[in-house]
Amino acid sequence: MTDASPPLPERGLSRRAVEIVVALLLLGLAGLALWDSYGRGAGWDNGPENGFFPARVAAILAIAAVAALVSALRREDSVFVTYGQLRLVAQVFVPLFLYVLGIAFLGIYVASALFMALFMITLGDFRWWQTALAVALVPLVSFWVFELQFRVPLPKGPLEAFLGY
Amino acid sequence: MDDLNQLLLGFQVALTWHNVLFMVVGVLLGIVVGVLPGLGGPNGVAILLPLTFGMDPTSAIILLSSIYWGALFGGAITSILFNIPGEAWSVATTFDGYPLAQQGRAGEALTAAFTASFIGALSGVVLITFVAPLVAKFALRFGPAEFFGVFFLTFCSFVGMGRENKAKIVVSLALGFLLAAVGLDTISGDLRLTFGAPELMKGFDFLVVVIGLFGVSEILLTIEEGLHFKGKRAAMDLGVVLRTWASLPRYWATLIRSSIVGMWMGVTPGGAIAASFMGYGLAKRFSRQPDQFGRGDIEGVLAPETAAHAAGTSALLPMLALGIPGSATAAVLLGGLMIWGLQPGPLLFVENKEFVWGLIASMYLGNLAGLLIVLATVPVFAAIMRIPFALVAPIILVVCAIGAFTVESSRFDIWLMLVFGVVGYVFKKLDYPLAPLVLALVLGDRAEDAFRQALLGSGGDLSVFFSNGLVSSLMIIGILLLFWGPLSDLRKRLMGKTDPSRASTLTP
Amino acid sequence: MKVAVQAAIASLLLPVAAAQAWEPTKPIEIIVPFPPGGSSDQMARTIQGAIQKNNLVKQPVIIVNKPAAAGGEAMLDIQKSAGDPHKLITTSSGIYMTPLSTKLPVSWKDFTPIAMMAQDAFVLWVNSAKPYKNAGDFIAAAKTASPPLKTGGNGSKREDHLISVTMEQATGTKITYVPYQGGGPASVQLAGGHIDANMNNPAEEIANWRSGAVKPLCAFSDKPIEYTQKITADMAWSDIPTCQSQGVNVTYQMLRGMFMPGKVTPEQQAFYVDLFKKVTETPDWKAYLERNALVPDFRSGQSFVDFLTQDEQKHKDLMTKAGFIATN
Repeated sequence: MTDASPPLPERGLSRRAVEIVVALLLLGLAGLALWDSYGRGAGWDNGPENGFFPARVAAILAIAAVAALVSALRREDSVFVTYGQLRLVAQVFVPLFLYVLGIAFLGIYVASALFMALFMITLGDFRWWQTALAVALVPLVSFWVFELQFRVPLPKGPLEAFLGY
Repeated sequence: MDDLNQLLLGFQVALTWHNVLFMVVGVLLGIVVGVLPGLGGPNGVAILLPLTFGMDPTSAIILLSSIYWGALFGGAITSILFNIPGEAWSVATTFDGYPLAQQGRAGEALTAAFTASFIGALSGVVLITFVAPLVAKFALRFGPAEFFGVFFLTFCSFVGMGRENKAKIVVSLALGFLLAAVGLDTISGDLRLTFGAPELMKGFDFLVVVIGLFGVSEILLTIEEGLHFKGKRAAMDLGVVLRTWASLPRYWATLIRSSIVGMWMGVTPGGAIAASFMGYGLAKRFSRQPDQFGRGDIEGVLAPETAAHAAGTSALLPMLALGIPGSATAAVLLGGLMIWGLQPGPLLFVENKEFVWGLIASMYLGNLAGLLIVLATVPVFAAIMRIPFALVAPIILVVCAIGAFTVESSRFDIWLMLVFGVVGYVFKKLDYPLAPLVLALVLGDRAEDAFRQALLGSGGDLSVFFSNGLVSSLMIIGILLLFWGPLSDLRKRLMGKTDPSRASTLTP
Repeated sequence: MKVAVQAAIASLLLPVAAAQAWEPTKPIEIIVPFPPGGSSDQMARTIQGAIQKNNLVKQPVIIVNKPAAAGGEAMLDIQKSAGDPHKLITTSSGIYMTPLSTKLPVSWKDFTPIAMMAQDAFVLWVNSAKPYKNAGDFIAAAKTASPPLKTGGNGSKREDHLISVTMEQATGTKITYVPYQGGGPASVQLAGGHIDANMNNPAEEIANWRSGAVKPLCAFSDKPIEYTQKITADMAWSDIPTCQSQGVNVTYQMLRGMFMPGKVTPEQQAFYVDLFKKVTETPDWKAYLERNALVPDFRSGQSFVDFLTQDEQKHKDLMTKAGFIATN
């Protein structure tokens, strides 16, 4: 855990800053929900109207977010995540983000193959044939299971269209 | 003992070689759809349904119901190994199952989960065998007020004040309720909280949120510690099965309690998801060491699995006896019954004896076959923990993306999964508890619907929630459970005053 | 992007395809805007079974359920798939009702109508324990009841809600409609006595009718349902009087049809019209119709379009009167 005091304090994102950002985002969400609910009617008309519960819940969310914010400010600051850890997280998150983006254009099978390759080459130390095998097998097996066996269509792109699927 | 004779007749039907074959095939397919998040029992059954049109109805239902048993078993596997629930009802299994796997006790957790599933199923089948007509009538007493009572009770049994910051527990609950409210409102038929975006119209699906919140965020957290799994090497022999079994009798109270909760929720029909949360909540409430829950307590695996499987099995009872589907899978099976030319409802037990008792007998046999098959796979699944992180992590993420997509066939859901992955990562690091969010998301809108339906019926009169013995007792038990935590704290504190040595351990 | 690629592929295949009539080149997706197990889903899976069993198409048929937002999501999906000849959607009256009540920017005119497979009747059901002998008794009771009698059903601003409100207006009574999550729960609630009546389709109540838990009072069709085989000891579907004949002047039926995305070629449309014509001739389909007491009414081409135009106008009128049209 990060809150244990290490011998040499590593530099990183301040936990207090993250707490504040999260609390503000929550307040923003609560505000949106309140605005939407009161716009549609959040009263009691022989039973609750459709905005009644969301509005009440949003109010509670706002209060609780403020309370969380206050208690975060009163706590001693600590490191949320060190920059070293953040770099590791980014090494996974950035490929993942590109993967999800790629699904929109290439379809899930091609994107998965590229994602597997990127991940295994940058983060693992596999022999080339191991990587190649995994990169080929994962999309092919998923294609066989989902499209051919269970008949569940997954997002497809130009390559699949070219092959007639 | 007419029932017993009928059951023997049923075993004769179910034990023909081709029916046994269908059972095994069904269970295997079910495990596959159960393991893959996004593909679930309802899909598995629906996909195979058209294939069964030409089959004898008894064989057809044996095949399809076996898929259901398999899915019930399979849901636990990824929950325990990777913190990704394969099925909605195995979310509560992740709470303790995943920590156990991290401690190198994956084999133990899997065995416990499978065995608990079997015990739950068995209690459900016994219920169906012997008291079907009686219990079926009971289900009819549930109107909207009573449904609200059940959901209220589930919340109260689960949401106690934990160790986390209280404001953060409330934030998590409130956020779950808000997410549940997005989309089309059943009661008014209007869209709400969509802000005109068509992507938000379908709301936030529970499984998509959970895949992101639990599965993706877990990978991000793991990577912080370096490029490897936190889990220790798990024991891989079948001996772990026997060792785990030897330890189970001491949890008899939890197993019985969860079975009862599950049967109750399956028949009423509150559903397997609610049952699993309630089973977990109650086990924690009545445990001697509730602090161990969430950190890898075997009881925390047994409780939700028993309840979910008991509920999943009992859900077939209202389907057979009344023609009411007790679950999504039962709804598909019900459609199947009609297509095969059978008329579900009370007359089924009279007109199609062979079918009904064949099905009931196959429930015993199918679950037994399921248990044997999944137990045999324990070492295989436990071995997955040995595969290098850089290979398993991307596969998990690909499976997560496919899972998020298949839930609603929506590309937008893959983005949602990514967003909730980040939310889960940040929330876990800031000690926002995730379980209340998930519970509120899955039950929130159903509870709200039931509440508003009840008030529509009563003309806005709140006394409808205390209008008869059934709903009153549900509400009162709920309120008692809600205050159980604070009350027992108070009692401890009062006792602490008379015992100074204990008071010092309570105040930090 | 996808459309462009498919267009490119289509043009590649064109020289071959032009020689003969169009045929599907990849699996056909039928989108069901309702959850698995519902009556639309059952229809789609019956069609799927009939096609596979009788080998009517070489390519497999896939069912995809998109139940979100009362089918709105599925309709938007089809709208976006313009030009895709491998997608179909099953429809009910929701095809007009959902856009009108939620203001979704979609209309059946964005789609290519293929065929109407059948029509589904609605029946006024009450709990057997209640003393009502006919629809007149029920309306008389509704006039004096306080709190008002309750009906329940599919969901707010859906077909049976529309019937309930229209019935109120036609007979000058006050009835409370409780929306449940579908016909199944509404059927159980009626058998349990939590509501006083529902307006379910025949298929949704047949089990409870046979077991004696509920009884039909009248059918909201303009003539009695045609099936004469006895369902209970003494009654067949054809013995249920029409509501009109009982002094409740409400008639309503729901279409069950098939659409394709917009901008498909006439050959593609013709292929599916022909396919569904063949489906309706299979014994599987005929058995399905009888089991669910559906009204056989196959229409395609101009006669289907005329029906849709008329039916949409009827819904617009009824929904405006009932106050279901989205305002904000």
